[in-house]
Amino acid sequence: MIFKSKSRFIFSFVVVAMLLAFVLPSSAAKKLNVITSTSDLASLTQEVGGDRITVESIAKGYQDPHFVEAKPSFLLKLRKADLLISVGLDLEIGWLPPLITQSGNPRIQSGGSGYLDASQFAEVLEQPQGQVTRAMGDVHPLGNPHYWLDPDNGRRVAKGIAGKLGQMQPEDAAYFQQRFQDFDKRLTEAEKRWEEMMKPYRGRKVVTYHRSFPNFSKHFGLNVIGYVEPRPGIPPSPGHTIDVIQTMKRDGAKLILVEPYFDLKTPQSIASAIGGKVLVLPPSVGGEPDASDYFKLFDYDIGLLVKAFNETK
Amino acid sequence: MTRKILIYCFTLLALSSSFVWAQQATTPTGQQSDTAALEQRMKDMEERIIQLEGQVRQLKAQNAGQAPPTGTNANAVPPGTSVPPVSAPEPASQTAAQIPGSQTEGQGPNLGGATGMAKALNPDISVIGDFLGSVGKNNVRGVPSLEMHESEVGFQAIIDPYARGDFFISFGEEGVNLEEGYITFTALPAGFVGRVGKMRAAFGKVNTLHNHVLPWTDRPMVTDNLVGGEDGIDDAGASITRAFAGPKGIFLEATGQIFRGDSGDLFSAQKKGDVSTVAHLRGYRDITESTNVDIGISYARGHNDAQNIALLPGDFVTSLYGTDATIRWKPLRRSIYHSFIGRGEFIWSQRQQLLAFQRAFGFYTSGDYQLGRRWFVGGRYDRSDRSRDASLTDSGASAVLTYWPSEFSQLRAQYRHANYAEGISANELRFQVQFSLGAHGAHPF
Repeated sequence: MIFKSKSRFIFSFVVVAMLLAFVLPSSAAKKLNVITSTSDLASLTQEVGGDRITVESIAKGYQDPHFVEAKPSFLLKLRKADLLISVGLDLEIGWLPPLITQSGNPRIQSGGSGYLDASQFAEVLEQPQGQVTRAMGDVHPLGNPHYWLDPDNGRRVAKGIAGKLGQMQPEDAAYFQQRFQDFDKRLTEAEKRWEEMMKPYRGRKVVTYHRSFPNFSKHFGLNVIGYVEPRPGIPPSPGHTIDVIQTMKRDGAKLILVEPYFDLKTPQSIASAIGGKVLVLPPSVGGEPDASDYFKLFDYDIGLLVKAFNETK
Repeated sequence: MTRKILIYCFTLLALSSSFVWAQQATTPTGQQSDTAALEQRMKDMEERIIQLEGQVRQLKAQNAGQAPPTGTNANAVPPGTSVPPVSAPEPASQTAAQIPGSQTEGQGPNLGGATGMAKALNPDISVIGDFLGSVGKNNVRGVPSLEMHESEVGFQAIIDPYARGDFFISFGEEGVNLEEGYITFTALPAGFVGRVGKMRAAFGKVNTLHNHVLPWTDRPMVTDNLVGGEDGIDDAGASITRAFAGPKGIFLEATGQIFRGDSGDLFSAQKKGDVSTVAHLRGYRDITESTNVDIGISYARGHNDAQNIALLPGDFVTSLYGTDATIRWKPLRRSIYHSFIGRGEFIWSQRQQLLAFQRAFGFYTSGDYQLGRRWFVGGRYDRSDRSRDASLTDSGASAVLTYWPSEFSQLRAQYRHANYAEGISANELRFQVQFSLGAHGAHPF
């Protein structure tokens, strides 16, 4: 009798141990593997995903996100991805589609359960009206894809990502929502600080190299009066450079904002002609070591802008 | 009476004053709360509009072919260059009812007519023009002084959730050729990627490249002499590829392919069993974030045309062995201004033919440096035996200068010196103009 009970006990113990062995590691260790096209999306995803996800970005923050090389080393990362988040609006059109096709991962194919186009959550500016042609340069027919530089869009995108993560991992949905609420609260507080810092400079006229800052300018009240590029993606020409100089002289603009991946030669020649200043302003997380997350990106950029405005009164 | 009137007036005044005071005391709070509520409602409505706009964009993108947009002009650019589609997608609002002749007008079926939504599902269409000019003398392999060398039309779209389709049709001055036309199965199990159709074989590097992505106006001599010329190994068949993670961060990719066995003058199938096979193993590693190395080994085997020439029974086979190496440097912070690509391919050919077994060898090495956003310089050295008579060896060297007015067009000049086995030298200056229309999908790295 004792022997029988002991056998039953051992049998039950083994069964329970096996069940635990199957169940516990999977629930305890399961993390969604997220790949994002840009570092900004990676930062927002990390904010809402916390320790229930791993996230990695393909493009570095100091890279031009239009011109990323579709390296084979990215394929292995994409193959293992549960979720791929892209900026959308054709920003990654030249490099992401072949990576997706070659990844051999059905989840992240366009329309798959693990593909998320973050632009659907954002307020998108500069949507061309009428016919779009290449005479307009490398224009994006669905609108300007540099939308993440508006904190309100950061909030919207983070909310959308939290929802998607919750769909994919329902047992952690409440956790992702709680993380989003916390992010929202911290972002609201930070926005007040940023807006206070930028308040004295609302309406200030600036020129940017590429059309990377429309959402930033709208949110913080900057007035972009021209671009160093004659058209998006077209390198500056002497004639257009003269036009920019004249425009800046006429309007009293003194500041030229340049993304870290563009050559400074033309902006500096414009600045010297008008007695102005060139400011290298990273548009993405990781563009400079100090801009290491979404909050620090705005801290860094706004700090630079305030200093530059004071120097160019 | 007067007193009563005074008391009445005073009371009225007092009431009015108290009412006004009360209004003054309560209105700011009330107004503030009303304003705040109104602002909140406006903000909510704004958020709702942004959500709806996002949904509309998603629907538009889905209707525009349900494809990942493929707008890169791979014509003049390395992979990674954005080109928006030229024309906006067909408006989704253009329903069948608005189209003359549609069924909704009650005039019978609209045979062969694509309606608005059907047009929205059309593939991305592109055309790449390749114009060549040449001055100088070449009595061995001469080319016309001026020619519209190729017009490549591309049709690309996602077929269904499991596959995408790509067609590249080449219009030359003398005829039309299906350069490639294949379906790629993107959702196979275990990370395999399959492909069926007509395609360029995965033999080495240059064989996989379309003319418009070459950094030269021509193909290397080893391609002309040993790998079937401009078309190379380009045949109907099937392909399977899988990527692996190797040790120390090395990316490995293995490809196996089987073809009908007809590739120009390289392979010739006399019967159904005369299929050709190609195998390729690629190893890739990032040395730094700006520098990477890509090394490949290739093998191809197929029946050749010696049987036709000899009119004798028996199998005459050509086997090719190749190795290729590419080093790339592209600083990420200045990736649009400076880059370098060094490349070399070494190919051994063993061709069975009547009376002899030809063992030929050839190679090229090249380097291309990007001087600025629009300017590139490059050079190439060629040396190759001829596959049918390995005792004949050609050699040559080229210098190349390329200018990109934009991502969608390029101008190129190439000085080419060649020493042919016949003892003839040739010096040519070749000019090329390439231009791209439409949404041409990015080619693999």
